[in-house]
Amino acid sequence: MNKPHTELAEPNQPSLKTPSGIEAPEVATADMVHPEGIGAPGEYPFTRGIFDNGYRGRLWTFRQYSGFGSAEETNERYKFLINQGQTGLSVALDLPTQCGYDPTDPMASSEVGKVGVPIATLADAEILFDGLDLAKLSTSFTINGTAAIIYAMYLAVADKRGIPRAKLTGTIQNDILKEYVARGTWIFPVRPSMRLIADSVMYSNEQTPRFNPISIAGAHVRDAGCTAVEEMAYTLANAFAYVDELVRRGGDPNAFAKRLSFFFYVHMDFFEEICKFRAARRYWAKQLKARYGVTDDKALMFRFGVVCGGSSLTAEQPYNNIVRVGIENMAAVFGGAQSIFTCAFDEAFQIPTETSAEIALRTQQIVAYESGISRTVDPLGGSYYVEWLTDRMEEEMEKVMAEIDEYGGTVQAIEDGYLQMRIARRALERKLDTDKGDRVVVGVNHFRHEEERNELGEVFRMNPEAVKTVVERYHHVKATRDNAAVERTLAALAAASATDDVNLMPLLVDCCHAYATVGEMVDTLKREWGEFEEPVRL
Amino acid sequence: MSLAGKRILIAKPGLDGHDVGAKIIALALRDAGAEVIYTGLRKSPQYIARVAVEEDVDAVGLSILSGSHVDLVRDTVRHLREAQGGNIKIFVGGTIPQEDVEPLMSSGAAGVFNASQRIEDVVAEVDRLLDDA
Repeated sequence: MNKPHTELAEPNQPSLKTPSGIEAPEVATADMVHPEGIGAPGEYPFTRGIFDNGYRGRLWTFRQYSGFGSAEETNERYKFLINQGQTGLSVALDLPTQCGYDPTDPMASSEVGKVGVPIATLADAEILFDGLDLAKLSTSFTINGTAAIIYAMYLAVADKRGIPRAKLTGTIQNDILKEYVARGTWIFPVRPSMRLIADSVMYSNEQTPRFNPISIAGAHVRDAGCTAVEEMAYTLANAFAYVDELVRRGGDPNAFAKRLSFFFYVHMDFFEEICKFRAARRYWAKQLKARYGVTDDKALMFRFGVVCGGSSLTAEQPYNNIVRVGIENMAAVFGGAQSIFTCAFDEAFQIPTETSAEIALRTQQIVAYESGISRTVDPLGGSYYVEWLTDRMEEEMEKVMAEIDEYGGTVQAIEDGYLQMRIARRALERKLDTDKGDRVVVGVNHFRHEEERNELGEVFRMNPEAVKTVVERYHHVKATRDNAAVERTLAALAAASATDDVNLMPLLVDCCHAYATVGEMVDTLKREWGEFEEPVRL
Repeated sequence: MSLAGKRILIAKPGLDGHDVGAKIIALALRDAGAEVIYTGLRKSPQYIARVAVEEDVDAVGLSILSGSHVDLVRDTVRHLREAQGGNIKIFVGGTIPQEDVEPLMSSGAAGVFNASQRIEDVVAEVDRLLDDA
């Protein structure tokens, strides 16, 4: 069934175009570079990075994405990773939690604990962070549709443990626009979702000033199939939509922009990946200044985390993925990332085992402490090719953003399904290029084994008892909590959601403290706002 | 090879939102001549079975990347049979570990595909499965 692609000729030279379609020069020369547009590290427009001392002041955060089974098991994995030298947590949540269903909901039944940890009530969150010092550890949550609720849970855990909110650091992804486009964990229609995001950003700026209340993500559209240029352009277009919403609600961009952060994939084309970050960082600073009059340097800084791996990894010859992730990790460092997640080599097809998760973390430690590439700030700055490609990528990003503007803006393009269709077509193109062998993937379309060999030593096995633990705790919480308090806090949430000018965050925190479930909070909001109707266009 | 005259439903059961594989296959099958309907995200096996029968399709393609494929395929097969759609072929794509292929086939799937297979091979296999019908 799985025919080997041996009839493809072996590639004898790399492609002359970058994956974004930019014709690369054979040799880059001094006359191709515009030194006046580059600037110094830590200075506007930040082409060379946001810090004048690069990684000398602080290394990037090693942030391995993890979560599965139950809060108990995930808590154990976090402690393992921290003992191995991980420096920040990254919480993977299961799909019922991400889509707003309780673990007993018929929609959730087969998905509890599968792709992440379930958090149904504060009781789960308390166990998840048990024994972890939240005043010191920064915690990132890949959560979107229910981001405001999970952020409220985190605040409630801190409150109960007596940790001052102002000490909390971390990030919630909280980027709903790309969910409609590529990742699919939307719940509410676009407009009330934008309000929920604005509420959480403004509340966070005030209550948890060291916390990033949004991480505008290009990673998922990229992994779905679009190019590095499109990844940055779509993400910046979404970012400007959030900025517009916050400004409309009275936010001051000189203040809130300090806490906007970004998240991207790093795939295999080394220099394109490095230059996309340099280009986007410069473009963002220039646009915030030009469009919104931002003057504070800290607010102009483009801060981002990355994930290395994803769809650049292959199920075939999985150990090759360790090399891929190593190269991508270096590109992220040359690009100036603030936090890095390196995928485990088996991540293309299973939840990583302890061994594969450890190798992924060791990869970062080798890059950080053995390779020496973080010693000098932006060591590739001034390279004719790097500066030329940075310029070219910035130009291409602007073109893509102009196309979205021409369509009527990113929100319109998403509501109509136009952006989704563009990405699907790009994904088909990429797949056909791979099938033809034009895009070389070692071990998949070139340099294959004649016969498939399963070389994977260790297979991750889900603990079958985990779901039972989760469901039992859920029933126990519902049976023992103060139901009058739950009703009271949910009613207050319902009343406020019918207005447009009350910040919902304090009400969500109250609901969490009362042990209301994620499903109850989401249903309350759904009754007022309805659900997103997905435009299905092919 | 032509899938002209064939009607195929591409569906996303469960909560998994990764739909690019589903869309790629939907576009490729349409390019090969089939009439393709795509359900969109987050559909229950029951809903998928009902649409398949109402739309009188020849095959249903289920795309699942969340690891819940065994339950979701079994449930879809059951609902299809209950809705008198037992003759409709089911194929499955996504992140399916090799050891799960056999259980999926024995619970009623006619074919299981993975991301590294070539589009033309997948389309040819669907064509062959539907010709056997």
